[in-house]
Amino acid sequence: MSATTQTPTAPDSRTTPPSKLTTLLGDRRLPVLVTATLFLAMYIAGLSRYQNYGFGEPQVFLNLFIDNGYLLVAAVGATFVILSGGIDLSIGSVIGFTTMFTAWLVERQGVSLPLAVLLALGVGAFGGFLMGYVIHNFEIQPFIVTLAGLFLFRGLCLVISKESISISDSSVSSLAQTRVSLGLGELSIGAIAALVVIGVAFYVLHYTRFGRRVYAIGGNEQSAMLMGLPQGRTKIAVYTVSGFCSALAGLLFMLYIQSGDPLHAVGMELDAIAATVIGGTLLTGGSGYVIGTLFGVLVLGLIKSIIQFEGTLSSWWTKIATGVLLCAFILIQRAMTARKQT
Amino acid sequence: MAEPRPVLEMTGIVKEFPGVRALSGVDFRLFPGEIHALMGENGAGKSTMIKVLTGVYSLDGGTITLDGKSVRFASPLQAQQAGINTVYQEVNLCPNLSVAENIFIGREPTRFGRIQWKRMRKEAAELVDRLGLDIDVTAPLSAYPLAVQQLVAIVRSVSTGDGDGEGQGTKVLVLDEPTSSLDRDEVLELFRLMRRLKDDGVAILFVSHFLDQIYEICDRMTVLRNGTLVGEHMVSDLDQVGLIQLMIGKELDKLEELHEHQLRADVGETLLHAEGLGRTGGIAPFDLEIKKGEVVGLAGLLGSGRTELARLLFGADQPDSGKVTVDDKQVPMNAPNDAIGAGVAFCSENRKAEGLVPDLTVRENIILALQAARGWTRPIPAAQRDELVAKYIKALDIRPANPEARVGQLSGGNQQKVLLARWLITQPKLLILDEPTRGIDIGAKAEIQKLVVSLSEDGMSVLYIAAELEEVLRLSHTIGVLRDRKLVARLTNGPEITPSRILETIASGEHQ
Repeated sequence: MSATTQTPTAPDSRTTPPSKLTTLLGDRRLPVLVTATLFLAMYIAGLSRYQNYGFGEPQVFLNLFIDNGYLLVAAVGATFVILSGGIDLSIGSVIGFTTMFTAWLVERQGVSLPLAVLLALGVGAFGGFLMGYVIHNFEIQPFIVTLAGLFLFRGLCLVISKESISISDSSVSSLAQTRVSLGLGELSIGAIAALVVIGVAFYVLHYTRFGRRVYAIGGNEQSAMLMGLPQGRTKIAVYTVSGFCSALAGLLFMLYIQSGDPLHAVGMELDAIAATVIGGTLLTGGSGYVIGTLFGVLVLGLIKSIIQFEGTLSSWWTKIATGVLLCAFILIQRAMTARKQT
Repeated sequence: MAEPRPVLEMTGIVKEFPGVRALSGVDFRLFPGEIHALMGENGAGKSTMIKVLTGVYSLDGGTITLDGKSVRFASPLQAQQAGINTVYQEVNLCPNLSVAENIFIGREPTRFGRIQWKRMRKEAAELVDRLGLDIDVTAPLSAYPLAVQQLVAIVRSVSTGDGDGEGQGTKVLVLDEPTSSLDRDEVLELFRLMRRLKDDGVAILFVSHFLDQIYEICDRMTVLRNGTLVGEHMVSDLDQVGLIQLMIGKELDKLEELHEHQLRADVGETLLHAEGLGRTGGIAPFDLEIKKGEVVGLAGLLGSGRTELARLLFGADQPDSGKVTVDDKQVPMNAPNDAIGAGVAFCSENRKAEGLVPDLTVRENIILALQAARGWTRPIPAAQRDELVAKYIKALDIRPANPEARVGQLSGGNQQKVLLARWLITQPKLLILDEPTRGIDIGAKAEIQKLVVSLSEDGMSVLYIAAELEEVLRLSHTIGVLRDRKLVARLTNGPEITPSRILETIASGEHQ
């Protein structure tokens, strides 16, 4: 008969708690901490170097939110997608399209602003939904589908108009100039909207079933399916969220720039993805925090500010610094996941 | 015990894959409060049957009746909602989430749509406690070894329907090879749980390759062969020999043959010699000599360093100390390529993750190592390649004998054979087999063991790792005993060596 001896194993070996170092290195919050520390270090370095140029003003800090609100919103969308194990390359095009579409509706068609905003958000979300639908139902790589989305929305910009449309609508400019005082300084509507989006995203990801499904799918899609989670619906929803966030980012961008242009936000999806990764979200999915994304955006924004304060540096140094950071953070991620496997 | 009406009835089940008819008209019934074994060789259709039942695969023909109502599940979720829960052979949970979340995800306790984390953790801890397990439910699942993850999967599936009143409670629990990664204590734990669920009237479908376990826990069994129903029997009416004959479909001489098989008596000169080879955190420095045509078995508990030793010999992990000589020449062993160059081949225990490429065809998988050894600039001529592949498919009896079939669709035993074929085709001097028979059925097991004997006759050396001591004893000339990541003894096989003798050696941890 077949030998059916069960090899006895030391029963206590399986319940030994992991050592402290492993716990620390395996802690999924570590990358967020690293990014936050980096931000703090950069800020302190900036303080000591540009103290006499007003770097210490609270408004300089608040300007990070004002100048990067749209990127923050776009990066939140990217975070959802990357957490689920996917990627969205259409973000920049959807932003560009939204600026054009809204400007065209308001300026050329005389549509009222609230209606134009609703339409723009609807179109963005629907675009994301379509991409998610195609990704799920035809089992196509998200990279390819959203690349198609990238071209499609950029093309649609040019269908609307080949030239930029500046916005003279008075409600837009008054909205753009509205500042909410915080005592120490002030925030724009766009910055506040971005902070609200961060808060909502945090709540959704951690306190709703949908949010946990996003993590589950990113961790192991096959398992999520076998656990009876509606992985198709979740995936489609994730891309819809990203489309919605992109459209909202487009509106904030339009508010910030006050024009629609077919070439607005070219390549911004890459900034959003970079901010997400620098914020500690694993590109393989399943691990990361939207708070990390916030710090990722702040770090990128701070690099821009510092280069402005430096004065003599070309703005291309922003890109170089981003590239170096991205590289470093991907290496950290790699070290962490490698540690986990052994 | 069996009530007049089965809770689940499957009739005329048909499932086809491109080129393979996995199930042709299988009938199956399951009564409440029974533990029912689904038996069959690898590739007989057990896994397919389970996946059809649980909504992973769609049905190509036949009907499923649950509680007298005809049902058809389009997804595992629907099956779950109807009360059919499954624990699969591979742990299907999300390693990035906490244990508590893995137990509750999809049905987390919520209030106005907000997940109540505290309540969820508390309930998870209670569940785990009730089942007598010592697991921190807030830790991420990946912090625990596979065996514990498996237990968590079982906790999850038996707890479905508890708590928030969604779902209908578990009517049918499907356990697909849950014991393959559990140790004896954990198996007993599981059995205790199964008996309790059975008393509660849950129908349990149990799949295991350990026949003793089937006879210990099951009431009734259904036997499949090549995708067709062979018969349904009460366990008490059919003895193990009868069962194996049903499964294999021919008289069972294979295993007997093997028992009587004489090991090749004369082994040649030294092929491989490891001196002081070791790796911190892997295995303490050891000396090991493998002669030409010799089968060296490694015995030891799970986690005693068997696999780590093998990985060092293959260069999959870099040694901190020591050296390896093959044919009197020192080999650096810094990467698998060095080992392959020296004629060492390694069949991983983890055939899915570390060996086969499931999306490639049988032919491509078989040819992979040979092509790698030749280098990519010298492709193997198509005719020669096809001939080689056909030869090994035949020699190892890989089913289906179709070189174009995708490896992912083959059964576990046949996947193992494909992996073996890949390495045999390179004609290695030393073949390292790490748990080649785990999770495969008795027929394929016997074939693989026979193959090891015949390879040794042909002068190939084999390093054989298996959890079952009888298996190691049956095949090996020399047995290396490992304990606590250390090679503690080397025994020359002979009549006086018995499994209990080896166990004593493991227990005492001393050289004899």
